[in-house]
Amino acid sequence: MSKELIRLRDCVMSYGDEVVLDHINLYINDKEFLTLLGPSGCGKTTTLRIIGGFLSPTSGDVLFDGVRINDVPPHRRAVNTVFQRYALFPHLNVFENVAFGLRIPKTERDGRKVKLPEREIHERVMEMLSIVNLKGFERRPVSALSGGQQQRVAIARALVNRPRVLLLDEPLGALDMRLRKDMQNELKRIQQEMEITFIYVTHDQEEALAMSDTVVVMDGGRIQQIGTPEDIYNEPKNAFVADFIGESNIIDGVMRADGVVEIFNRKFQCLDKGFAKDEPVDVVIRPEDVDIVDEAAGQLRGTVTSVTFKGVHYDTIVDFYGFKWLIQTTDFCPVDSRIGIKIDPDGIHVMKKSQYSGMFGDYSSYSEEYEELDVVEDEDEDGEGRDAREGGYEE
Amino acid sequence: MRNKRGWFAVPYVIWMALFVVVPIVIMAVYAVTTADPATGELQLTGSNFTGMGAYLSVFLRSFWLAVVATLVCLLIGYPVSYWMAKEGPRFQRVAMALIMLPMWMNFLLRTYSWMSILENNGLLNQLFRAIGLLDLLGVDHIQMIGTPGAVVLGMVYNYLPFMILPIYSVIVKLDNSLIEAARDLGADGARVFTKVIFPLSLPGILSGVTMVFVPSVSTFAISRLLGGGTQMMLGDLIEQQFLGGAYNPHLGAAISMVMMVIVVLCMVVMNHFGEGEEQAVML
Repeated sequence: MSKELIRLRDCVMSYGDEVVLDHINLYINDKEFLTLLGPSGCGKTTTLRIIGGFLSPTSGDVLFDGVRINDVPPHRRAVNTVFQRYALFPHLNVFENVAFGLRIPKTERDGRKVKLPEREIHERVMEMLSIVNLKGFERRPVSALSGGQQQRVAIARALVNRPRVLLLDEPLGALDMRLRKDMQNELKRIQQEMEITFIYVTHDQEEALAMSDTVVVMDGGRIQQIGTPEDIYNEPKNAFVADFIGESNIIDGVMRADGVVEIFNRKFQCLDKGFAKDEPVDVVIRPEDVDIVDEAAGQLRGTVTSVTFKGVHYDTIVDFYGFKWLIQTTDFCPVDSRIGIKIDPDGIHVMKKSQYSGMFGDYSSYSEEYEELDVVEDEDEDGEGRDAREGGYEE
Repeated sequence: MRNKRGWFAVPYVIWMALFVVVPIVIMAVYAVTTADPATGELQLTGSNFTGMGAYLSVFLRSFWLAVVATLVCLLIGYPVSYWMAKEGPRFQRVAMALIMLPMWMNFLLRTYSWMSILENNGLLNQLFRAIGLLDLLGVDHIQMIGTPGAVVLGMVYNYLPFMILPIYSVIVKLDNSLIEAARDLGADGARVFTKVIFPLSLPGILSGVTMVFVPSVSTFAISRLLGGGTQMMLGDLIEQQFLGGAYNPHLGAAISMVMMVIVVLCMVVMNHFGEGEEQAVML
């Protein structure tokens, strides 16, 4: 994680009245694994295409190694892309797909065009194929490969050119769950082995957390938060980030003093400081940070409305004063039982109010009640908000 | 029948048997026989084929003119298809309508119009006279009708849409991300075309070439109307054997069979060449 390699300065992308990117400022370090994460239509792919050279921002600058590259076409940029649906050349076999970039004569500084010798092309292609575990497949037509194999050809085809930066546009989107997990590890390994900057676009928050050095959460053409996966998960900046990354109960609260937040008219100890006295805030409580105790001993008391067995834990929905929380616990609590909860100070995270306040974090529309709420979603604001988000996961 | 809906094909199968298979069999029988002048009885003979050498020049002219017409169609049709495919959908609809428009008029009418344009006293020569071109050259008229060029022009005019349509439909369906991928890997515009777009449009080119070459090589109306009787092609020769003065349906059938075999061979070779091309790029 050394020096800065790419910088987007005040990048705006708009088509007529529609603003796709709204003043994006972002820098990417050399050899970093950076993920652009967000729902569809958040501007993450547009950002990637601007870096790749397929789009030019309406205003703002793209800098590569300190040089402005807004007008440099894709074929003269030191970046390569792994496309969403691979975009392998159907008329070429595996070897020739990977060799495509190497066969293109490179212009030297003195203007001469230099072609790589065939022997070197062969060596580099074979080396790359062994890195992506596709040795022995070089003569196969790409149409005869499985999705995962095609994926790896696409990665090899991009990496064989030894780019400074590899752009990956939802590269694992079309693969099944198991393969996706394998490829995540594979990609991380390749990135570390080859010491290349990866810029990775995904809507899958687990993927982003598992692979990245830095995660950039985007929504509505704006960057919502930039940070390490731990930062993003533990210290979300607003209700959108808290909801998009993992599960969150997001409750209205009031900051009474440094380290004291009031929820449902009860004071809770927390670690957050620096808010104005009596400032209204959003409070995030992760489902796994809640301890279920006897009703009498609880800081809050509520009624269990649904329990779903998830293997490692139960997803328990508890009604507190009409607001439904998701609690993940290994203790089974039957439906309709009264329980109390306790939250440690480090389980409470306080956020400033934002445009996303009140849109997320209520589990009224969760589990079996989901279908029922689906029908009346027009009357139910929270149900609608969650619906829109669920829909956003699909591309 | 394995597929229950196989019955749906029955009307076509009957059609095919009655009007395609049976006529070919009849033709084949005609081609290898000759009628006894006295009794009218059919006798097996190979003379229809051995005597065909006399018409070598007609064979050569037919293939030569059809090849030229096909190449001209390709040279005109490919760029136009490419350009159309890259434009917006509204432009594509208008362009497509313009290309199809002449085809809504009768084929003979179109060819007759070319006659009156190319004639020695036709529209073009009148125009040349009016602007003084003929005086400048010191000639009475420029001979256009009755030349191989006029026949090729007629073929190109009539069959060009058959070249444009398949090429266009292949290019328009080409996945844009393939072009982006090639550019991303360092290919400039020219290389994207030669290494990606052109190889991937080969199937369209092949079917366009087939659809232009086959009717061109067997045409008789175009060569007779625009060739002015001097550009006899296989189609004319065959027609003469069935309807003309040289009445000999057995020879006509034999020529037809030979032509059919040659055309089929051409197609097989060309398709093979097309695949070979792809494999050559692969290796």
